[in-house]
Amino acid sequence: MILLKLKEKYDIPIEAEVISPDIFFDKTHTELCGLPLYYGNKEKKLGEVFEVEGEKSDQIYLEGDLSKIKKIGFGMSRGKISIKGNVGLHLGAFMKGGEIFVEGDVDSWVGAEMTGGFIRIKGNAGNRVGGIYRGTTVGMNRGTIIVEGNAGYEVGSFMRRGLIVILGNVGDFTGSYMIAGTIFVFGTLGARTGAGMRRGTIVTFNPVSLLPTFKYDTTYTPDFLRVYFHFLKKQGISIKEEYLKGPYRRYHGDISELGKGEILEFAA
Amino acid sequence: MEINGVFIEDTYAEAFTMQASRVLITALNEKWALEAARSMTGFATSVIGCGGEAGIEGIETQETPDGRPGVNVLLFGTSKKNLQGQLIQRIGQSVMTSPTSACFNNLEGEEWVSVGGKLRFFGDGFQISKVIDAAINGHRERRFWRIPVMDGEFLVEDKFGIKSAVGGGNFFIMGEQVEITLEAAERAVDAMKKISGVIMPFPGGIVRSGSKVGSKYKFLIASSNTAFCPTIRKQVPSQVPDGVNSVLEIVIDGMTPEAIEAAMKVGIQAACIPGIKKISAGNYGGKLGKYHFYLRKILE
Repeated sequence: MILLKLKEKYDIPIEAEVISPDIFFDKTHTELCGLPLYYGNKEKKLGEVFEVEGEKSDQIYLEGDLSKIKKIGFGMSRGKISIKGNVGLHLGAFMKGGEIFVEGDVDSWVGAEMTGGFIRIKGNAGNRVGGIYRGTTVGMNRGTIIVEGNAGYEVGSFMRRGLIVILGNVGDFTGSYMIAGTIFVFGTLGARTGAGMRRGTIVTFNPVSLLPTFKYDTTYTPDFLRVYFHFLKKQGISIKEEYLKGPYRRYHGDISELGKGEILEFAA
Repeated sequence: MEINGVFIEDTYAEAFTMQASRVLITALNEKWALEAARSMTGFATSVIGCGGEAGIEGIETQETPDGRPGVNVLLFGTSKKNLQGQLIQRIGQSVMTSPTSACFNNLEGEEWVSVGGKLRFFGDGFQISKVIDAAINGHRERRFWRIPVMDGEFLVEDKFGIKSAVGGGNFFIMGEQVEITLEAAERAVDAMKKISGVIMPFPGGIVRSGSKVGSKYKFLIASSNTAFCPTIRKQVPSQVPDGVNSVLEIVIDGMTPEAIEAAMKVGIQAACIPGIKKISAGNYGGKLGKYHFYLRKILE
């Protein structure tokens, strides 16, 4: 395992996309310390910003207030990053595989446009969890994100595949323009949930204010939900017995688009 | 060798390689999971005439993927293509049609065949795919299809695992009368059902019309095992001993040779009751299959 301990708190963001198991796994301690980071527009070495212990491993442990450290695990495809402390923007963006665990809060764009892997946040997350960068048309495309706290707006926007689970509340435009995939929100939803969604599933356990472009279909208990619950329980997430039993109100939409998306609202 | 006075012939059962799958059927309750399983395993006694061989392995004791009661079915085919076709037909006609059912793969296969991926078209464009990512499944992603049906949705796994397995394990129970021979066979099947990884695909696990390869008729690939038919014992080279008037066979398909051996052992032991004269087994001189289950070795 490689341990990175932040030497001091920074106010200016540091771009740290080199902090990735793909890059670390074959580097000696000297090579690790010499990896470049960008402090504003100036280059710094990893060894200047962090105390570095260990070498040649794809298991990375970070400690400290990393809220200004951006792009950790950017594009990673293997290994594991564990973080104790808050983390900055773009954590695990474009991630392809491996795992990231955070004991703290994360800023926006966590797991943006990821295509695989697993991210779990013990605290809150910012905006656009599993979302999309402006200018592209497909967001998260496989992988799983679990946020145990709250999340901001545009969760899973333009999502193509994958699973996002938010145990707390979320902001507006959750699942907007979703192409497919699944979003669970155990807390409350903001406004305009599913706006423009073509396919995909948003599951909510609280009453949701729906756009007029969503139409009620039926009230039932989908078997596939229990399959998801089965796997979420394996992740240590407690699922209320009543959620297993259902039923759920199914609304399809957004009929201003393809209209094959669905919002499942717990109906008990 | 004798068990409870029953002579165990020094011979072997000859079995051959088949392709196998394990299908987990769940439903609202055990009754309906079993209904679907019974339907799926109907008319699946022999590949000779049924396309595949199937049986209920047992009630799933682990938590099922959807948390509902589940029943495991083992389905065997002669090849990957044959087995895929059987899975599609039997799940499509017998499980999808059964109220409240869902259908999951329950075998970490050597190969994978598309099943839900074919059945999904029944949804007529309204089918929905759901994927459990490898990250939370542990090692590989699992895709499921939600097909709209009249009681809600039929959930079926996209791909099913298949593996090389063993078909045609067998032994013969030779008794004085049909009643006692049937009782012995029933006892054997009851004991064998407790072994996981095996099925006895014939009615009640028992077959009375054992077959041999070939026939005097060129259009038949199999015909009655005349050597074990008591009524013609003086007309053919018979293997029916004096005093035996009824012979029943138990055929076993298993996921592994070890499972077949375990089932044969408990089955033969259970069948050795008063009135049974001999236990034998069917083979073809070693020409048909690569698996040879020697009765006496199994029972040692």
